[in-house]
Formats: sequence, C-alpha cells, structure tokens
Amino acid sequence: MRRWVLWLPLGLFALFFVAVAVGLMTPKDNIIESKMIGKPMPAFSLPAAIEQRPGLSSNDLVDGKPKLLNIFASWCVPCIAEAPQLLELQQAGAEIHAIASRDTPGDIANFLNRWGNPYSRIGSDATSSVQLELGSSGVPETFVINGKGIIVHQHIGDIRKENVPELLKMLKEAE
Amino acid sequence: MIAEAGLIALWLAAGLALLQFALGAVGVRFGREDYYAAIRPVAVAQGALVAISFLLLIVLFLRSDMSVALVVKNSASVKPLLYKFAGTWGNHEGSMLLWVTVMGMAGACIALFERSLKVKTLVTTLAAQAFISLGFYAFLLVSSNPFERMFPVPPDGQGLNPLLQDPGLAFHPPTLYFGYVGLSVAFSFAVGAMITSDVGPAFARAMRPWVLGAWIFLTLGITAGSYWAYYELGWGGWWFWDPVENASLMPWLAATALLHSVTVLATRDGLRAWTVMLAVVAFSMSMIGTFLVRSGILTSVHAFAVDPERGSFILALLAIYIGGAMALFALRVGTVKEGTRFELVSREGALVANNLLLSAILGIVFVGTLYPLVVEALTNEKLSVGPPYFNLASGPVALILVAIMAVGPLLRWRRDSAKTLLNRISIPIVITAGALFLLVLLTTSMSVLSLLGMALAAGIAVASLAPLWKRNLRRTPLHTYGMVIAHFGIAVALVGMASESSFTEERLVAAKPGDEITLNKWKLKFEAIEPVAGPNWTALEARMTVQYENGNITEIAPQNRMFASAQTQTSEAALLTRWNGQLYVVLGDGDAEGRWQIRTWWKPFVTLIWYGGILVALGGTLALVGRLRRKYLQRKQKEYAELVL
Repeated sequence: MRRWVLWLPLGLFALFFVAVAVGLMTPKDNIIESKMIGKPMPAFSLPAAIEQRPGLSSNDLVDGKPKLLNIFASWCVPCIAEAPQLLELQQAGAEIHAIASRDTPGDIANFLNRWGNPYSRIGSDATSSVQLELGSSGVPETFVINGKGIIVHQHIGDIRKENVPELLKMLKEAE
Repeated sequence: MIAEAGLIALWLAAGLALLQFALGAVGVRFGREDYYAAIRPVAVAQGALVAISFLLLIVLFLRSDMSVALVVKNSASVKPLLYKFAGTWGNHEGSMLLWVTVMGMAGACIALFERSLKVKTLVTTLAAQAFISLGFYAFLLVSSNPFERMFPVPPDGQGLNPLLQDPGLAFHPPTLYFGYVGLSVAFSFAVGAMITSDVGPAFARAMRPWVLGAWIFLTLGITAGSYWAYYELGWGGWWFWDPVENASLMPWLAATALLHSVTVLATRDGLRAWTVMLAVVAFSMSMIGTFLVRSGILTSVHAFAVDPERGSFILALLAIYIGGAMALFALRVGTVKEGTRFELVSREGALVANNLLLSAILGIVFVGTLYPLVVEALTNEKLSVGPPYFNLASGPVALILVAIMAVGPLLRWRRDSAKTLLNRISIPIVITAGALFLLVLLTTSMSVLSLLGMALAAGIAVASLAPLWKRNLRRTPLHTYGMVIAHFGIAVALVGMASESSFTEERLVAAKPGDEITLNKWKLKFEAIEPVAGPNWTALEARMTVQYENGNITEIAPQNRMFASAQTQTSEAALLTRWNGQLYVVLGDGDAEGRWQIRTWWKPFVTLIWYGGILVALGGTLALVGRLRRKYLQRKQKEYAELVL
C-alpha cells in the first residue's frame, strides 16, 4: 500500500473539521425570512369580527406608529398558548391589531372572553384571502409593521415567553 | 445531600480514569509489567463509581428534587413516574452522564472478563478507553454539571419537551447510546492493537462480541427511532433522512461493515489494516453523530437538544480522538503485517464487496448530511438535501449490496468456482425473475427501485435460508442461525419498504362529526370530537369507528394534545394494525363551520419494516450468544486440560 493512502483518512477528517469549525463560528439565524419583509402591506379592508372592536383596513396601519398584526383563530390551539404573551405585549405598550381567520363572531367573542382581548382592531378574514396575500400560511402568525405600513418582521407560530422582549425591541427600532 | 454525593462519585470516577490512563501509558511505554496488574481493579472501581453517580441522578429525578437545576429544567412533579425516570437522560447533561457511565461499565467488563488477548494489548486498550472517558468527564465537570443546585428553589419544574413524553423516549436514546459506546470499545481495541502492533485473529475475536453487541443495540435503536418518528411526528413517513436520523444510521453502516470484516480477520487473518480503520471510523461516526445532534449545527426536525457552545467542546474532543486515532493509523499501520490473501470469488471476496458497498452508502449519507453545512459555510445560502438525493443515490447501491448478501454465505472461504456458485443460487435467481415478472404484470404504480427491491426481497428470503440446506440442523452452530435470521430480516424489511412506498393510499378530508370517509377497503365514521385530559396535558380527541370490509367495528381516537407546562402542541396519530397493513389517522385543525381536517393513510405491510429490523437484531443476538458460549466452553476446556496435565 502506498504511504500517502494511509494519511487519507486523517486528511478527510481534517476537511470535515475545518468545514464544521467554520460553520460553528459563523453566527446563524434559524429564522426563515418571508418574501414580504421590507414590502408594504397589500391594500385590504376587512369588516369587524365582533361588535366591540372596529374592523381593520390597510389604512389603519399607516398612522406613523409601529404595530403588531396578529393572525389568529378561535379554533387554533397554539393561539390559546400565545394569548398570555399577547396580553403582556399590550400591557408593555404595544398596539396590536388582529385578523381573525375563518371564524365566526360568536366563537371569537367566546375566545376573547376566555383568554383575554389584547386587540384594538379585529378584521374578519372569512376566506383567508388577506392572510394569503400577506404570505402567511398558518395561524398563529405575527407581523411587525412600521408606521409607514412596511412589514419589518414575520413571526411564524405562537409567541413564546422568550419572544416578547424581541418583539418589543423590534417595535422600538421600527419607530 | 444526594446531589453532592453524586458529584463526589463523579469526581472520584474521573480521578480513577486518569489513574487508569496513567498506569496503562506508563506501564506500556516503559515496560513496567508490575503496573499491568493494577489496571484491572482501577477500571472496575471507575465503572462502579460512575454507575453510582448516574443512579443518584435517577434518584434525584424520581424524587423531583427541585433544588437541582437539571431537574427543574427537565421535569415536573406532576409528570408520570416513567417520564421522571426517562427525564434523567432526556437532556444534555443526563445523557452525557449516561454516556460515560456506559463507557466506564464497558471498561469494567473488559477488565473482568477479557482473558484471551495479550496482556500488553489489553492494558493499552483499557488505557485508551480511560483516555476517551476523560474527555467526557472533563466535559461534564467543567461545562455540564448535572448535579448543579439552584437557588432559590422553585416550586415546580418546567417539564420535558412534550414530543419526548412517550414510552419510546424511555428506551430509544439509551439503546442508541449503548450502541455508540459499544463501538468506543472497538475503537479502544483498535488503538491498543495499533500501538502494540498486535492485529490478528485473537484481537478480532476479543473485539467481535463488542462490535456485535453495539450493532444489536444500534439496530434496535434505529428500528425503534424509525417507528417513534412514524407515529409521533404524525407525518406518516418512517424515514425522513433527517440529520439526526442519519447520525444514527452512519455508525450502523460502519458497524455493519466492521462486523463482516472482523469475521474475515478472526477466521482467515485477512483485512488487517482495513478492520482497524473500520473500528476507528465506526466510533468516529458515533461521535460525529452525537456532535451533529448536540451542537445544533444542522437544522432538523429533532432539534430539541441544541447548544453551540457545547458543540465547540465536543468538536475539540472529536479533533483529539478521531484525529489522534487516524494519525496513529497512518504512523503505525505500516508495522502491521499484511494478512492472508484470497481469490476474488470466495467468501472473503463477497465480504470485501459488502464492505466496499456499505462504505459507499456511508459516504453518500455522510456527504448528503454535511453538504448543506458546507454550502452554507462557503456561500451563506441555506439549502436542504432531501429524500430524492438519498433515495436515488443510495437505493441502487443498497440493492446490489443485498444481492451480494444473498450470495456471500453460499461461498467457500479462500477460493470457490463461479460455476458451482451459479448452481447454488439458481433457485433464488428464478424466484427473483418470477417475482419481477408477476409484479410488472399485476401492478401499475411501482417505481423501478421498489419493483427491483420487492423482487429481490423474494429471492433473498429464500437464499438467506439456503445456508441451512442439507445441514444437520441440531449441529449447526448458533451463530450460523443468527446470520440466517438477520439476512432473512433484511428481506422482510425490504418487502415492507417497497410495499409502503408503492401501495400507500392517502386521503385528506375536511369532515364534520357524522361524516363517513372511505379509504381502500376501510370505512371510517367520524362520530364526535371531544376534549379529554391527561396527567399534564389536555387534548381534542376525535372519536371514530372504523371497519375493514365487513369485519369488526373498532374505535380509534386520534388526538391533538396541548401540554400545560411547555405550551406545545403535539399530534397523537391513531394507528390500527391488521396483518396486512396499518391504518394511520391524524386529526388536524378545525374550521369555522365545525369541520375538521382528517388525514388518513392505508399502508399495506408497512409493519414488516420494523419486524424486519427486530429480526435483524434477533439474529445478531443469537450470533452473540453463540460466540460467547463457544468462547466460554473453549476456556473451560483449556482450564480442564491444564488441570489434568
């Protein structure tokens, strides 16, 4: 056997080591960026989902103040899980609008009575059409929108405890 | 005080590991044979102490001692007892402690029971084993102390990742760990044999039970893991080519190759350097697998154990152990004399082909698993290598491999003639051809790969039994039965895989209570949706009755579970097994009109995949028992002969 062949395994391992070490050093984010980041909100106008709150249109999102836009549904279990975090965000001063996806006024009212209502406006998106235009495929999802109606960030899935400070920071930076 | 006692036991065990390494290294380097005798008791004591440390951690979990940080993070007092128990190793620190515990106990077993190896090689092996353990002790004591206390003491723990709250978890990771660590013993043997230039049949026979044992655990672990992912993830698939799955497959592939090459070395004294290299590679793959899982460097559906800082620590250990062993190989293997030569058409020839093909598959899986990482390092672009690559690249190689598997056991050692071989395998060839003809005639939906797989499986099933043909079944050694059963198990699993990929039927419907769904010969009736509660979760449960053709009506109940302590949702699929397949039902989200997404699959013969895996492991077990018994009897005989003389 040739002598260099004996060094081949070590050489291959060295290559692996370098690749992995480089991979480990480079900080990486596991957030999948939405195609809608940096783009303005599509124009829409949704009717009120419940009597106590007004409906939502794209014009409500360009008043100069950054906001959260939460897409939820009363039939969605992770939405129950994120309810306390949304209330916490609201108490910290965040303005939160919502789009209720494929829902009925009675169910939404029940849901909000039971788990709390952090929303100032709720639009009813009975056919999910606005949700799809936003590039969102599921509930819950939360968008950070700056005062000019540009989407800054998309959070997919329920908001966990650790996401609350991140979202508050993004709202501050969007001012 | 239990936590402190555990930590003290761990420190003492680490100290003994250092002593064990020093005794071996100094003894072998300076020829101090008086040190040799001391190393055995030290290894035994080290194993006992680390085992005590692990037992104490289990006690802390069972008592829900919330003053210990690890218990707080990974357990809760409302958790069922089984999951408190399993929670011990369902986390980073606990699983690393389990790892060194198994290593320490394996070292103790070698010290107690290994008598046939040259003393110098044995001492070097124990020193190498201690050296590997030391790295993990350092890891535990420096950066992952499992016994750390927490102040102030919280009222209750945070629970365990709900995906992991499953009977499968209780036994899946430890099973894999036994496999990984068993390979560490093979690694230590290889290092010991390289240093003392003692690579030969005696070394192979000493190493073989460990390789076999590790391989059995890996086989069981992968089989169980595949079934766990199948029913717990609710996606209806049994293998996702996910990095974490690949991390357990790669050591298995290397161990399978090693298992076969070690037989050549033990029986015919061939493939010396290659076997040593494989022993090094097999454990390297285990360590790399653990690293990939723990470091979070690859994104994966299994990413519940992620920590980049610890990743760096494990990477450093990898560099020392794997790099060191491979450098040792390059420097020392030249001193190992070439083994016996053999003809191409021979048992050895088939085993070499087996090794090359297994290595090729290992290479394919390794490249596919790491490719996204390399691409991201070079171009900063994220991509994922999916099943299409893995199936397409490894499938054909695997089929050639199983074809050779059918032929190999029918060949003689050293030299055989191609003509008599053709004679012996004529029946399996006819069966394969016949099956292929029938399948092409009767089915329409099969891909080329599954078609060939199914046809080959029929031939292999017969060929794998052929070694028993015309033999005295009572005098056939146990390990031959083991091989026959393991090879037959591969054929069984292959049928399951081909059937699952070709004949699965799927329906996705939005149904209201009262609706009926038909799927193949199944009639499903969606009766009601109800909330139910478990010890630490609540769920929506769909109650359904199902009927196959005109058979009995059975109730099933797929669930959507919410876990209170971790606020996570999991889907509990409902499975109904018949002899000819499995019905798989998943409850999805509901909509405003009261309709629920219900996903149903009918998977003919899918269970054969896991029955095959169990058969393979059973075959391995028989071989192991047979080998150990033979070894024991030979020793007794030798002792008796000495006594008589």
